[in-house]
Amino acid sequence: MQTTVWFITLVGVALLAAVFYYVISNSQTPEDYSSVQQKWYRFRHKWFYFIAIFGIVVTLATLIPFPLPSQDAAYAGEDYQVVDVSGHQWYWTMSTDTVVTGKPVAFYVTGADVNHGFGVYDENLKLVAQVQAMPGYTNKLIHIFDQPGKYRILCLEYCGLAHHAMIAELKVEAAS
Amino acid sequence: MSATTLDTAVSKRVDYSEAENQAALVAVKAHLITGFLVFLLMMLAGAAMRAAQSNMMPVEAGLFYQILTLHGVGVVGTAGIASTGVLWYFLRQYVPLSTKIFWLNFGVFLAGVVIILGSIFIGKYGGGWTFLYPLPGISLGAWSTGAAAAFLLGLLIIGTGFLILYLDMGRAILSQYGNFGRALGLTQLFGKEPVNPYHPATVVAGTMVLIVNFIGIAVGAVVLVMMLVNLYNPEFKPDALLVKNLIYFFGHVFINATIYASVVAVYELLPRYTGRPYKTSKVFYAAWFAIVFMVMAVYPHHLFMDAPMPMWAMITAQVLSYGSGIPVLVVTGYGALMLVYRSGIQWNTASKLLILSMFGWAAGVIPAIIDAMVSVNRVLHNTLWVPGHFHFYLLLGLLPMIFGFTFYLLNGKKEGKTPLTEKLGFYSYLIGGLLLALTFLGSGAHSIPRRWAVHMEEWVPYAQWGTLAATLVVLGVLLFTIRVLTALPKAPEPSV
Repeated sequence: MQTTVWFITLVGVALLAAVFYYVISNSQTPEDYSSVQQKWYRFRHKWFYFIAIFGIVVTLATLIPFPLPSQDAAYAGEDYQVVDVSGHQWYWTMSTDTVVTGKPVAFYVTGADVNHGFGVYDENLKLVAQVQAMPGYTNKLIHIFDQPGKYRILCLEYCGLAHHAMIAELKVEAAS
Repeated sequence: MSATTLDTAVSKRVDYSEAENQAALVAVKAHLITGFLVFLLMMLAGAAMRAAQSNMMPVEAGLFYQILTLHGVGVVGTAGIASTGVLWYFLRQYVPLSTKIFWLNFGVFLAGVVIILGSIFIGKYGGGWTFLYPLPGISLGAWSTGAAAAFLLGLLIIGTGFLILYLDMGRAILSQYGNFGRALGLTQLFGKEPVNPYHPATVVAGTMVLIVNFIGIAVGAVVLVMMLVNLYNPEFKPDALLVKNLIYFFGHVFINATIYASVVAVYELLPRYTGRPYKTSKVFYAAWFAIVFMVMAVYPHHLFMDAPMPMWAMITAQVLSYGSGIPVLVVTGYGALMLVYRSGIQWNTASKLLILSMFGWAAGVIPAIIDAMVSVNRVLHNTLWVPGHFHFYLLLGLLPMIFGFTFYLLNGKKEGKTPLTEKLGFYSYLIGGLLLALTFLGSGAHSIPRRWAVHMEEWVPYAQWGTLAATLVVLGVLLFTIRVLTALPKAPEPSV
């Protein structure tokens, strides 16, 4: 996901830069404004409809199904591995530090004192899932681990002087 | 169309005496010079943080987070005061504004800044400019309740100054246009009045900024008071999610309004450099009317990872975040490019900066609206992607609007040789700003978290690139600032 997003952004910025370059390089040869307006206002209509339709398609494709788990549902029993997580200044407590691959893990996350951010990083330091840890709330995060390994939990919401030191380890074992 | 014809075609202007105009110019210059000096200091602070993360400069974690707090609040506040200088300069030409109240806001702002600086450097407050509840009151001994209270109080005081200024702007707009709908062009949009292509874009933008920022700052005042009460009466415990909503509403509206206030420099000045009028139209009014609501409604895109937020709020935020990019890309940016295309534009530092601002704003929108998708935000929220997108449109969008306006005041429209300091400053700033934004975005794409005083070994190369970029930005702004300090104070009012 991150690589795709990075690539799309670079392409988008480069295309926009090309448009600006084209306009700037054509800025010094004067032309009557009315002919410029006539041509490019027509194009603007098409451009508007294109990004409107593009936006509708992207919206539907990315929101159906809704990408976050229901917070009303109870994720327990045989179907889920449940991990209760609490963020403290400046450490994590977890009901277990070991889960297995292939079976959804339901993280029940709260902040014991201030806001924290529960970020799950794989061995390559790639962020695979996150949710906020907030006082007074239990936020539910569902994630299925595909790869076994030693994952790290990093704090992703600024929480005071040792925010950067708030790291815990989560072991993901291959399902037997 | 000549610039003179352009000007006479515009709606009637307010008559001020020569003395009043001179006093106003001095006040605007004070806002801009303050802006340059503080922006430079804040950029030095930013460069110091990147240098600390790249292990090139030892900065103790406590101090790092104090600098982080200063950098955030300082840039946002300075963007607010400098953008107000831009908007006020042009708006007073169409509606009768009070220079005394303009100064009053400036004085109140400085008083608030002094209190905030005291809270950070004397009280060691480092709770982040977002002051998320209940962190200001729970520092585990790093700072006192008094230091946190001073920070919140400083913000409250600054907000009060802005509210007074907006009251004056509201009075002036109402005295000239009767109601805000007419000032926004809605009577023309909905066919109650014929379309007047010379209805000033500045009045439309100024009215929009007034409406949204008045509400935004009022909400900010509410949450600041709630948190001040909590600091001294811990029995009063507001809901953390509610407070977060209020803070992000306030913060998002305020920083967005700085861009919408500064863009009047583009509307007003590009016609003068290109000799082409910027005419308002139904499309223009519709875009700005939509923005009034979108700017206030998109803030939940900061709260996608707060899972208990209602699903409808998240969906609305994603849809409107995308939608709010459309007026930027389709109306303002596109309109600016049409003005420039085959116009024979006079290229100088001001016009270059104004076009750069259009690019930076429009390009910065791309990573912003991508991150405002719930599924993407899930892996980019609170990584360096976030400062990546807002550095893009603040460094390369907002600031070039303010800087471009300043160089217009400094150089007027005159052609001729551009001083070397301006040339070097422009390219150093452009290259540095682009590299800085892309380094942040690349870091975010590689999952590097934001607001970390100490970086893991794997992340250090990104911070090193960031330090190099920040140094170029500082160098560019230093050159700009030297030029501004030496030439702006005595620069006469530019002839239109």
